[in-house]
Amino acid sequence: MSHAKPLGGSIFTPAFMLCLVLFVIGMYFLGVRFTDGMGAVANINGGFPWGIWVVYDVVIGTALACGGYALAITIYVFNKGQYHPLMRAALLASLLGYALGGVGAFIDMGRYWQFYNLLLPWHMNFNAVMLEVGLCVTTYILVLVIEFAPAFLERIGAHGVLKILNKMLFIFIALGILLPTMHQSSLGSFLIAMGYKVAPLWQTVHFQPLLALLTALTMGFSIVIFEASASQVAFDLPDETSLLSKIGKIIVGLLLVYLVVRFGEIILNGKVGYIFAGDKNSLLFLLETLLFIFPVVALLSQKMRQNSRVLLWAAVSMLFAGSLYRFNAFLFTYDPGPGYSYFPSVGEVMVTVGIVAFEIMAYMVMVKMLPVLHKEAHA
Amino acid sequence: MQGDFDALEKRLGISRRDFLKYCTGIAATLGLSTSEAIAMAEAVAKPKKRPVVIWLHGQECTGPTETMLRSEHPTLERLILEMVSLEYHQTLDAGAGHQVEHLKELSMKENAGKYLLVVEGSIPTRDGGVYCKIAGKTMLAHTVEAAENAAAIIAFGSCASWGGVQSSGPNPTGAVGAQAVLPGKTVVNIPGCPPNPYNFLATVMHFLTFGTLPELDSQNRPKFAYGRLIHENCERRPHFDAGRFAKEFGDEGHKKGYCLYKLGCKGPETYSNCPAVEFNDVGGGTWPVGVGHPCFGCTEQGVGFTKPLFSLAEVQTHTPPNAFPSIAQREDTPGMSAGAAAVAGAAVGAAVGAAAVVSTRLGKSDSDSET
Repeated sequence: MSHAKPLGGSIFTPAFMLCLVLFVIGMYFLGVRFTDGMGAVANINGGFPWGIWVVYDVVIGTALACGGYALAITIYVFNKGQYHPLMRAALLASLLGYALGGVGAFIDMGRYWQFYNLLLPWHMNFNAVMLEVGLCVTTYILVLVIEFAPAFLERIGAHGVLKILNKMLFIFIALGILLPTMHQSSLGSFLIAMGYKVAPLWQTVHFQPLLALLTALTMGFSIVIFEASASQVAFDLPDETSLLSKIGKIIVGLLLVYLVVRFGEIILNGKVGYIFAGDKNSLLFLLETLLFIFPVVALLSQKMRQNSRVLLWAAVSMLFAGSLYRFNAFLFTYDPGPGYSYFPSVGEVMVTVGIVAFEIMAYMVMVKMLPVLHKEAHA
Repeated sequence: MQGDFDALEKRLGISRRDFLKYCTGIAATLGLSTSEAIAMAEAVAKPKKRPVVIWLHGQECTGPTETMLRSEHPTLERLILEMVSLEYHQTLDAGAGHQVEHLKELSMKENAGKYLLVVEGSIPTRDGGVYCKIAGKTMLAHTVEAAENAAAIIAFGSCASWGGVQSSGPNPTGAVGAQAVLPGKTVVNIPGCPPNPYNFLATVMHFLTFGTLPELDSQNRPKFAYGRLIHENCERRPHFDAGRFAKEFGDEGHKKGYCLYKLGCKGPETYSNCPAVEFNDVGGGTWPVGVGHPCFGCTEQGVGFTKPLFSLAEVQTHTPPNAFPSIAQREDTPGMSAGAAAVAGAAVGAAVGAAAVVSTRLGKSDSDSET
């Protein structure tokens, strides 16, 4: 039985109301997308069929939602039980992030009413990366619901069901580790399928899945730090810095592996020249690399890792680095051929903002109503 | 009926099964049903008297006769010779000279109003038709004379149908088709260079079975064979519609079997059933376009032997544009609008700002706990 408790308190805070306004604006544009069609809202075109609804909501959104995955590996694979207090909050954020990633993929589908065909085995194309991602993400959302179900069951006092679920939960925890490993690496494999359209600095046929997985994991750990810090100041919770600093150490380790693979590939394939070409791509690469290196440098010493502000900024830097890495590869440096250009429309951005606002609203409501966070201090 | 077929087996030296198969095939060419195929079989199996055929040759290469002889299964030409009584045919007659000419005259007199006249080759008309003479008489006189008492007249091949290659400019002999010298008579035209033997056989069988001619179009061609443009049934048509063309012989598109329209294929303005019936009974794709050569419009007056081989056809259905519009819109994609840039920037700014707020308050709580 967990020691988490519902936080209680007023739901309609100013922050909630602001998010609600943004959500309503987003829903307006989403309504236009369904009444007047995709072209009425989104700027996507033949060269850029994937706009921010896919690249942010799905590719980046699910990476940002890897907190539950990252912590599950730490807690259950490496048997580090002390991180358990962070687990439910991370799972909640993962559930919301993935569910809305699924929504993002759905609204971006031109013929969304055909979606169910994805689930019919006789319509499956087993050569498609998209099938793997689609099925895996769909399944993982269900797994996340089951993983998070104890919080809900505790709240309604369904102890009998909870007991049964706890006995079977290990299956879903195992799936909750397996599935993200599969689809987060597949999200990288998308770039392989895009071939030469992906700029050379971001195209590494062999390491795409590994790089995607490493950055997704690091982003998962970073979002745990960010959420814990934000919840701490927002809901006046006890300080978790001691736990978070250990996560900081994991981030440094993962990032070092990432940087070795990334730069090793660039050097061995003779692409160093692109870094210093001075064009848009090289500048974006340098910015991205700075954002990746900052957390490593900031969190290298034990003393710095104990500073909650440094931890926060390192995590934020990492979140921006991982996001920029994906934006760069999928959109900013993506070159589908002469003549094509893409920049999201106001409506597109507002739909994504509305979805994020909904996530924040749902998070705020759920931690107040369900046992997710820990009010009292722990070791 | 069984007995009739037994007699036929003896008479023609083919099995009953092969014979019925042949009749069914002919009926299918005509677009007739199985029961009508049986009627055809009966008409052949128990002839009251085999209809007499008089076959004239004018200015031509004997292509239609060649195609008749070569394109059949071995037993079929025997069938044709047994089925009808071919009393005069300059290429196939065993006899020669005055003897055959005399027999022809006798036969025409004896079978007046009952015989079938087949004209092969064009008929020169300039200078009284002196440019083609048989047995001292012009082809013009032969044709008019034979047509006088014929039950039906079939012009076999493009030359007989509308003049063929000889009628192309400057046309020194004034060559015309059979219909042009036989005003007031119905001449069934089976054009083609060479014509498809099945179109001829099917027409003859129709006449033998029902005593009437098949439905004809405005140029007196049987509709079952010439009712549609080659373009409509062409196996390369999807390439035309998709804008995939061979641009020269042996190029990539040609090797891939793309549409031959840009090589001058006249399929889009030529009426014939070539893509459906094909030639020589050897299987799929055995017709000019099928083997990679553009159709030159041999069945169509004013197209074959008239238009240059490689000039573009006048498409009767619809003409493809020189360039198809791109599926993708490359230019004029909406760029970065000021509003969108502001909103996107605000979103990123809000994320950084939120981190800054959290950071400040974290610092505050840190210093609070230190004090």
